[in-house]
Amino acid sequence: MIVYDKQYDVIVVGAGHAGCEAALAAARMGCSTLLLSINLDAVALMSCNPAIGGQAKGHIVREIDALGGEMAKNIDATGIQFRVLNTRKGPAVRASRAQADKQLYRLRMKSVLERQDNLDLKQAEVTALHLEHGAVAGVDTRAQVRFLGRTVVLTTGTFMRGLIHIGLINYPGGRAGDLPSIGLSDQLRSIGFSVGRLKTGTPARLDGRTIDFSRLEPQYGDDPPKPFSFSTDRIGRPQVPCYIAYTNEKSHEIIRSGLDRSPLYAGIIEGVGPRYCPSIEDKVMRFPDKERHQTFLEPEGADTVEYYPSGLSTSLPIDVQWAFYRSIAGLERVEIMRPAYAIEYDYVDPVQLHATLETKLVANLYHAGQINGTSGYEEAAGQGLMAGINAALRVKGEEGVVLGRNEAYIGVMIDDLITLGTREPYRMFTSRAEYRLLLREDNADLRLRDVGYRLGLVTGREYGAFTAKKEMIADEMERLRSRKMLLSETDRGFLEEFDLGGIQNALTFEQLLKRPDFTYAQLARLDATCAGVPEDVREQVEIQVKYKGYIDRQDEQVRRMARMESARIPTGFDYQAMTGLTAEVREKLDRFRPDTLGQASRIPGVTPAAIAVLSIALKVREEG
Amino acid sequence: MYRADTIAAISTPQGEGGIGIIRISGPHSLTILQQLFRIIPNGGFTSHRFYYGEIVQPATAMVHDEALVVYMQSPRSFTREDVVEIHCHGGTVILQQILRLVLAQGARLADPGEFTRRAFLNGRIDLLQAESVIDLIRAKTEASVALAQHQRDGSVSGRLHDLQQLLRQLLALIEAYVDFPDEDLGETDGSVLQDLQSSALALARELIAGYREGKVLRDGISVLIAGKPNVGKSSLLNTLLREKRAIVTSIPGTTRDLIEEVVSLRGVPVTLLDTAGICQSDDPVEQEGIRMAQERIPTADLILFLLDSSRPFDADDGVVAEALSGRNVLIVTNKSDLPPLMVLPDALSDIPSVSISTTTGAGIEELKETVAEMFLRGGIPDSRELVLLSKARHRDAIARVEGSLLHFAEALSAGMSPEILALDIRDALEAIGQVTGETTPDDILDLIFGQFCIGK
Repeated sequence: MIVYDKQYDVIVVGAGHAGCEAALAAARMGCSTLLLSINLDAVALMSCNPAIGGQAKGHIVREIDALGGEMAKNIDATGIQFRVLNTRKGPAVRASRAQADKQLYRLRMKSVLERQDNLDLKQAEVTALHLEHGAVAGVDTRAQVRFLGRTVVLTTGTFMRGLIHIGLINYPGGRAGDLPSIGLSDQLRSIGFSVGRLKTGTPARLDGRTIDFSRLEPQYGDDPPKPFSFSTDRIGRPQVPCYIAYTNEKSHEIIRSGLDRSPLYAGIIEGVGPRYCPSIEDKVMRFPDKERHQTFLEPEGADTVEYYPSGLSTSLPIDVQWAFYRSIAGLERVEIMRPAYAIEYDYVDPVQLHATLETKLVANLYHAGQINGTSGYEEAAGQGLMAGINAALRVKGEEGVVLGRNEAYIGVMIDDLITLGTREPYRMFTSRAEYRLLLREDNADLRLRDVGYRLGLVTGREYGAFTAKKEMIADEMERLRSRKMLLSETDRGFLEEFDLGGIQNALTFEQLLKRPDFTYAQLARLDATCAGVPEDVREQVEIQVKYKGYIDRQDEQVRRMARMESARIPTGFDYQAMTGLTAEVREKLDRFRPDTLGQASRIPGVTPAAIAVLSIALKVREEG
Repeated sequence: MYRADTIAAISTPQGEGGIGIIRISGPHSLTILQQLFRIIPNGGFTSHRFYYGEIVQPATAMVHDEALVVYMQSPRSFTREDVVEIHCHGGTVILQQILRLVLAQGARLADPGEFTRRAFLNGRIDLLQAESVIDLIRAKTEASVALAQHQRDGSVSGRLHDLQQLLRQLLALIEAYVDFPDEDLGETDGSVLQDLQSSALALARELIAGYREGKVLRDGISVLIAGKPNVGKSSLLNTLLREKRAIVTSIPGTTRDLIEEVVSLRGVPVTLLDTAGICQSDDPVEQEGIRMAQERIPTADLILFLLDSSRPFDADDGVVAEALSGRNVLIVTNKSDLPPLMVLPDALSDIPSVSISTTTGAGIEELKETVAEMFLRGGIPDSRELVLLSKARHRDAIARVEGSLLHFAEALSAGMSPEILALDIRDALEAIGQVTGETTPDDILDLIFGQFCIGK
């Protein structure tokens, strides 16, 4: 073993969406950082769909941006179609989504990494952790090089013991075209980590020259496109459409006839797949009455003919794939450039993590992304950012940062993972957030900019823009509260339009804006000062006024939980000695070892009575 | 100091007892009291003094009971919080009614042992005492868990489960459209949501009605004493209560001539309900009492049909018999110390009967034995386990479900956005979760994935 003569503060293993955020955060916080990847040409590669965001995921991207991460800026710079989803619903569930130029996305991220101070980027396959006295002290590589690091962040994606399936044929690989990571998960298991197996899949990539777009319905993005990042002024790249196509009865018949050669149905795949992202064979079998399944053909870039047919992932053999994709109207002559496949990989049970993403078994070791059983670039990036931040804080000897369930989707996700674990690839949904109305895309900066700035991840310029916006919001709120409508300035017809004909002078602008059918844009017709208020301030003011009742209601719920969330349980707390708990609850608490009473209360099977007993015991300990 | 919301509970043992105490603890204790209590004569509250007055329903100004109340300002109280105690007459009904008034003012029903827990957390009692609280909490919970399992087959739990399923289904439909905007799910059908809402609302109301009538969560088995006037119903009640004393639980100002007491018969907790005499009557006040009595008949687990054996079976007895037909009835013929003149009609000959005298006490032991045996034999629905569950807590929770569903319907017809609609259903699910166990967002996701083809 050759020991490299440089001691790193933070070593990040894997340069996917989690690893890039982790490495950038650590380096930006002043830590000497090493980022290792099996293939440096695959940094921040979008292994599955060429898109960022979507429902709840867009929220995470905005949060990453508010905290000073890179994902939002990267998609803004390389996106080729931007769309806000759920625009007809309320602000809390509106979400941004963008198609990326897949190659530009990865190249830009690589370039950001390369230009980052304190950051070394190297190609290597990590085969083992280097441990000293129960803590991690570095990593060993396939080429027998040892890198020393005070902390290590593992972001292994689908690479640990990755196994690719196309029909009944399977072979080791971390992703189509890449080597798997062998050895690391065996070591993790031997240390005592509970290592499980998950499965995911991706559709074929189709040659656009062989698609009859004239027979498909185009879907355009928003005009003008709305950026993800609070720091992006406008989207510069030309925008392109996606196309909508549908499977039919013939497609389903082809799928059914190929099932005898499906690794899923033949029982060869043992890993658990995501229910929200089933293969087409799963959809056909589970919903036999559905006559057609929709797919969006998403461009993989502005400068390539490759298309990604969403929702049509499969692990059926290549001849079935040919017949299946060609059965779809518009795709009769389609050529497959890359076959669809399923991949199985090792993950580590996330209940073995602290809320900082540090493992409970090995000090200074952090896990982020698919190794924790999640799926999705955004989920991975959110965890990567937090793991990078917390590793850096550990190096500095400071307390870790944990985002609350009421502060961020990132907080909801990590708390879900460590208190519930996961048996299928975990994806974020807004329905997972009990304080959903507080966790909006529009207020991600108000929720998290301060945190990012304190950590040194948000630049002074960005923070200045944020504080200016905050002041403008406060001023405008105050103005709306105090300004009263004067009938003399209004046009009678305008008021009639809103059924306000009989109204007296007493109404304030705020009261007016509270009406469900009255918007800020309409207020602007009444009051000239509104015109000078920037768009993002208008949006914020409008939401805060209109949804005040609901927001207050959720704030109240948060307040009720606050005491439990802040009650810490000391590490090594002896649950077995607590006679007031049932054996089952003792066993659960011993296995999960929650850090706070709030976490304990969310572990399935831990009853409210057990929490009451635990809270008394903690109090006794505190005072004794 | 430990900060918390305001809680309330009946703090005296249920059942017999001349007075009952409702304790309220927390920051809003005094405010709640001021809403409900009218001092005679008028004046302010000084800490640690008793005040005499009336408990008044704030909305209707209806007087519920006279009471003595005491306000103990923090920290000089049992919990070291602001504490109010309402000392009133000790019957179960009146205590429940006053407690309900207190809860309606914003207090939450205290969990088992919660006053003591607060006392401990605020440093009022020592560890030894606190440990006994832990035991108490555990005992109650384990019993509840056993009960929950026991109840699984019962119709009540079945309905709770149905209600929970309806609410989950409702939420899943809403959430599917929130979380999967780009999926090909078809159009949202408002009428489906409306149908689910009305089914859920009907179920919730049925459950609430069940609680109200005492069908579901009585403190033990309910036994109704029925008969025409002057056959000795009150005497029988007093005999069973072992002592003759003034009935203190009658509710003034109403025609609700219904007396409720809890006794233990051979170890079986029994709620005795005395009713107005049932007869043919033209007097509107009497008619109201009769109507009330008849309403109670279907809710009782057992009805003691009291007859006067010293007189012939007459038309009024026939009215009673008719009202009781098809119910669990035990015929009790009173006044066995007088010469028997009664001959039971054939229709009643198959019904078990016991002969007693409330004057001499003859036959009373046999009556108790017979009632107890009827329960122990298991021939009658045995609701004893339900004693452990708090009536007010469950009523509270299901009333919250009802309220949320009504609010949901308003929001739905106002065209509110689904994430707002979801708030009400989540509230309802949380409330029912307090009765049945837990609900997690994953349940909802399971439902969504189960019925919608989702995934890209």
